[in-house]
Amino acid sequence: MENTRSIEEINEKIKTGKAVVFTAEEIISVVEEKGIKDTAASVDVVTTGTFGPMCSSGVFLNVGHPTPRIKLNEIYLNSVPAYAGIAAVDLYLGATALPTSDPANRNYPGDFIYGGGHVIEELVAGKEIRMEATAYGTDCYPLKKIDTSFRLSEINEATLYNPRNAYQNYNVAVNLGSKTIYTYMGVLKMNMGNANYSSAGQLSPLFNDPLLKTIGIGTRIFLGGGIGYVAWHGTQHNPGAKRAENDTPVYPGATLALVGDLKQMEPRWLRGLSFLGYGATMQVGMGVPIPVLNEEIMRSCAVRDEDLKAPVVDYYRGYPYKEGSELALVSYAELKSGSINIRGREVPTASLSSYAGAREIAATLKEWIQGGRFTLTALSAPLPSADSGVKMNALPQRDPDNREV
Amino acid sequence: MIKQKIVLRYPPHVVEQPTIYHLIKDFDLMVNILRADINPKKEGRLMMELSGSEKNYQRALEWLQELGLQIMGLEQQIIWREDRCTHCGACTVICPTEALAFNRPEMTVSFDEYKCVVCELCLKACPARAMETLVENANAK
Repeated sequence: MENTRSIEEINEKIKTGKAVVFTAEEIISVVEEKGIKDTAASVDVVTTGTFGPMCSSGVFLNVGHPTPRIKLNEIYLNSVPAYAGIAAVDLYLGATALPTSDPANRNYPGDFIYGGGHVIEELVAGKEIRMEATAYGTDCYPLKKIDTSFRLSEINEATLYNPRNAYQNYNVAVNLGSKTIYTYMGVLKMNMGNANYSSAGQLSPLFNDPLLKTIGIGTRIFLGGGIGYVAWHGTQHNPGAKRAENDTPVYPGATLALVGDLKQMEPRWLRGLSFLGYGATMQVGMGVPIPVLNEEIMRSCAVRDEDLKAPVVDYYRGYPYKEGSELALVSYAELKSGSINIRGREVPTASLSSYAGAREIAATLKEWIQGGRFTLTALSAPLPSADSGVKMNALPQRDPDNREV
Repeated sequence: MIKQKIVLRYPPHVVEQPTIYHLIKDFDLMVNILRADINPKKEGRLMMELSGSEKNYQRALEWLQELGLQIMGLEQQIIWREDRCTHCGACTVICPTEALAFNRPEMTVSFDEYKCVVCELCLKACPARAMETLVENANAK
């Protein structure tokens, strides 16, 4: 479909404070009242948001050199190990990293009270982080050991780089077994005692641009309370997932890799989490503005929870052992009502993603755009979409002794 | 008639005394024990519902205080740290009494401390660990 509005025109309106902006939730009633055509003619931008647990998140740090210099080999931040297999004082701290002393699931179900996500939250909050590191020592980097502390403002770079965020749809988890299980989808009570989901539904960024027409490499976004960018497609990107008539996938689909300067983010939107019996992770707040370039994009942004479906998956056997298929497809409207009907039973639902947070992020982004402090970017390159042929692979499991070398 | 849910905290030196026996026999109170535990420091915690005549109930409380027990309302035991809560709702399907509830269409979590029976399941079911217990007890790590 031909564009009736350009990013440049929208940015001109943003700069003069004239841009018309709605959140992806507000736009639903506007479209219901005025229709797609009239709304597309009058609205410039629709803002989205999501605030859920996103394990594939972390931060690249350059902590600067001590005197004498050091080439970090093993490093711990507040006892949580970071990856130092890059340049001398560069490192990557992942959201799910655990202190080596954590008992994990030896004391089942483990508490996982503190991990990489918690370190990141404290770092963003401006707290002093203890750094213990060892090195083997070289002629150019002689120091072999250091025990010190630093604050975010005192180090060179802190770049949040999340390899997989903003999943376009996700499983609804239930437990068909006869004991409670502890998963990344929360505590699941036996015999379908509860059903946990994790998406903002109608407010979720990739549900509002299902075929990635406006979201691509270089798209400027709300990330962790500050400004970030779409860096790449996320890991496990699965744009070929089966789609409904409105182009939205009914299974986990596209994902995004996100990047941004941690120094301008807020601890409120990067929260360390502890999943009982599973591990530590981080809750990430992110939101994407969608430019209403034409009526087709407008129609996508008007999508409602009733029109978005997710698969109900058993996490007792089905998910871990790849057995069977989904038990049902349910809509986000049903999920958000508080219970869903599966196999004739009413099962109470709960979310792991905060809809209230998603709402606030979309509203904040709207405010930023209306206030002229956030302009939109044209994408530098598109991400692989439904027609790309990109699909997910499983890990080969074969005899390593007979491998080709 | 009075009916109250209370928590008794026992210092180590009285933890082995048969206080419940006396509450029933000497003060004619009906006792419904919700939960009881003793921590490694030998401090006890007893949560129960007491019912009986107003006069006997007050006399019993005075007697318990003289023994050196601390008396608190049940609703003061679990604290919802709203500043830590992200309003996801994960706790609401774990809470057995709907003390933690999900409000629609606001899509926010609320905590009614008077409905709480201090089962403490929420303490660990909350990923953001926004639920806290006031005092150290046998189950706290």
